Amino acid sequence: MKKIAGMILLLVVLCIAIDYFSGHRFINPVNVENLTRQIALLSIFAIGEGIVILSGGIDLSVGSVIAFTGLLVSLLISVHGVSPALASLVVFGMCIIIGLAHGALVTKLKLQPFIVTLCTMLIFRGLARRLTEDATMGFGNRFLSFRALGDGAASIPGTELNIPIPVIVLAVVAIIAHFFMRYTVYGRYLYAIGRNPDAARYSGVKVDRMQTASYLVCAVLAGLAGILYATYTNSVQPATTGQAYELYAIAAAVLGGVSMRGGEGTVLGIIIGASIMRVMNNGIILVGISPFWEFAVIGTVILIGVVTDATVKQRMAKLAIKPLPRL
Amino acid sequence: MANTAPGEQRPAPLLQMKGITKRFPGVTALDRVDFELYPQEICGLIGENGAGKSTLIRILAGIFPADEGEVLLDSQPVRISSVQDSLALGISAIHQELNLAENLDIASNIFLGREPSFTPFRLVRHRWLMEEAAKLAETVGITAALTTPVERLSPGQQQLVEIAKALSMSARILVLDEPTSSLSPREAEILFSVMRRLREQGVSMIYISHRLAEVEEICDRVIVLRDGRRVGELDLGQMRRDEMVRLMVGRDISRFFPDAGKARGEPTLELRNLRPPSCRGEFDFSINEGEILGVAGLVGAGRTELARCLFGIEPPCGESGEILISGRPVEINSPLEAIRHGIGMVPEDRKHLGVILGMALKENLSLPKLAYSGCRMLDSRAEAELAERQVQALDIRATSILQNVESLSGGNQQKVALAKWLALEPKILILDEPTRGIDVGSKSEIYNLIRGLADAGVAVIMISSEMEEILGLADRTLVLHEGRQKGILSHDEMTEEGIMRLATGGAK
Repeated sequence: MKKIAGMILLLVVLCIAIDYFSGHRFINPVNVENLTRQIALLSIFAIGEGIVILSGGIDLSVGSVIAFTGLLVSLLISVHGVSPALASLVVFGMCIIIGLAHGALVTKLKLQPFIVTLCTMLIFRGLARRLTEDATMGFGNRFLSFRALGDGAASIPGTELNIPIPVIVLAVVAIIAHFFMRYTVYGRYLYAIGRNPDAARYSGVKVDRMQTASYLVCAVLAGLAGILYATYTNSVQPATTGQAYELYAIAAAVLGGVSMRGGEGTVLGIIIGASIMRVMNNGIILVGISPFWEFAVIGTVILIGVVTDATVKQRMAKLAIKPLPRL
Repeated sequence: MANTAPGEQRPAPLLQMKGITKRFPGVTALDRVDFELYPQEICGLIGENGAGKSTLIRILAGIFPADEGEVLLDSQPVRISSVQDSLALGISAIHQELNLAENLDIASNIFLGREPSFTPFRLVRHRWLMEEAAKLAETVGITAALTTPVERLSPGQQQLVEIAKALSMSARILVLDEPTSSLSPREAEILFSVMRRLREQGVSMIYISHRLAEVEEICDRVIVLRDGRRVGELDLGQMRRDEMVRLMVGRDISRFFPDAGKARGEPTLELRNLRPPSCRGEFDFSINEGEILGVAGLVGAGRTELARCLFGIEPPCGESGEILISGRPVEINSPLEAIRHGIGMVPEDRKHLGVILGMALKENLSLPKLAYSGCRMLDSRAEAELAERQVQALDIRATSILQNVESLSGGNQQKVALAKWLALEPKILILDEPTRGIDVGSKSEIYNLIRGLADAGVAVIMISSEMEEILGLADRTLVLHEGRQKGILSHDEMTEEGIMRLATGGAK
């Protein structure tokens, strides 16, 4: 919990500093609406990635799946005339298959998740490009109500503030995920298998099933993000949409306190991690730093974050009264 | 020292540690401890977990410095502020977890990091290396070819490679920390003969072990620590087990093993021609309600494989025989199915399989119950109550039920590994080496717990490499040899010789 408090503090400090140095262009209704939309979009699939990581795996296919599903939903609706609801169902069906396939390859064939999802990352990027012969896909001026899913906002009565629809979607996803991780036995199992899958198995946990479930959740949330990106941007580019998003998701999860060794992390933390990523991205533009610095700045901030965390942990370990580990 | 009769003048000590004090925040790990080692001596260092043995050895090995006190080698004060210092002084520690590059061969391991080489390109002087390695291998009795990768050696042979490595650094003082914990009795005997030979050749050794019978056998002298203080020293003539135990725990454990129980008539578990996947023979035995069945055999005899099969980790081969629980045939294809049939298991590898390090005590204690009950929601109050109850029932020493099990002592971790099954009221408990690496006091407590469970009607299968544990606790003993059931000894037939004869392939 202390760690999350620290990350919230960092987020607040960042926001205040950026607002100050940008001549108060940061905290203004238009920017806030745009920023929160970006945060929500990233958070949705970062939660999926975070759940996979804390249960001891990794999913590198997220960015490609976003591109593939975004393209698929656009193509089905605007070219083949499928209804948005049915197209979304097709996308989720696809994602369930992707998640189950990841799970089966990792648990039944005992392949390393890094390799499996590296391959599917390439496969879905390729499929996406083949799907439209590398042509950009969108909805044009039609399907406004469906496009509102990513692009729209709900106004708060009595104020001028608008809440982007993706933020509402994130709220639903986050509450379900938080409840699942915190109050169901399945959440407990995920933490347990992330720490030690063998010991969990010896305690009667169905490890294979839980690992598969984590890949399933991740793929479905990536699909949801794909639909949201398609409706938000109205132009999905097979080669570039979602590129490196799996790395953003991993970075957000790590920043938010998910341990790459598994067994540690919270949904709230992941959202805060995603927020920090997006606030930095936004701040760099507003403050007037060259956008070419973006990756270098984000990388540096994450590195400082993990170095601080490791240093604090070492200090704490020295102070803590522990029986000595064996020689 | 080996040949010194009691009362004879002792030679000057080779190593002296004087007034060593080490404080960690909130605890004094060592309090003005004196330790001395004479030339050509094997000195035992014993004490319960937390007594300060490891701290003392770590100071000697240069892992961390002492707060007070001095170390003298050949009566000259020396400074040991790093592992390199310690090695340069001829002190070499062999840890319980071996420190070998498992993929490399024996010769490479012996000289790892110190390969003799030609400059300027650091080409390895291969022939010289092989010749030197061969000499060392002969000294310590390594029989395998020097080009064998270390991972293909038995734990005993790996141990010998470690010793050869230490000798290659011209070690005069060898520290062996629980060297026999993963060895079979025969391998331990080989190790002891190597130790005796090294003693003749002028090497002094510090021997740390929980196995007091071995200390009695191999050591010339023993120093006992308790709560960070030196509480006694026993010479060859005084080294009796009960005396060592009395010094270690500071009281008499007159009743180390509980009374024998009374097994009841009904068989709880029956195996009929069952063949575990990695065993060669079929198993055919039954175990009654309230009975403790000891399972003895050498390392590799199939004891753990049998346990893993019964617990559904490696289900039995398809058509081979059947398992009956309370008279009904059952199939066990996963640990969860085993749990549903009322089986619990405390695996041999406590830290990797028995408990989940990094998780809280209460989460460890509730995990099997959650898996068993199939409920979907966590009830944190019920979970806390369950944990509190088990902590009290088994006297698990922890600051709170939220404590990370990683920071519990070995004995307490083992109690957690056992306690997590008790909430399920199992019919059958499989214990694989239930007291490995835990101190004498906790051992006795665990023996009493096991007997208590049996008296309450649980059928207990207890795999153990410690003969006295089998003899002291088991009602009957199943002996395995090379993956086969070799025989079952009734309580009256159970003797050390009888078990060893069967375990080594002899007849009953």
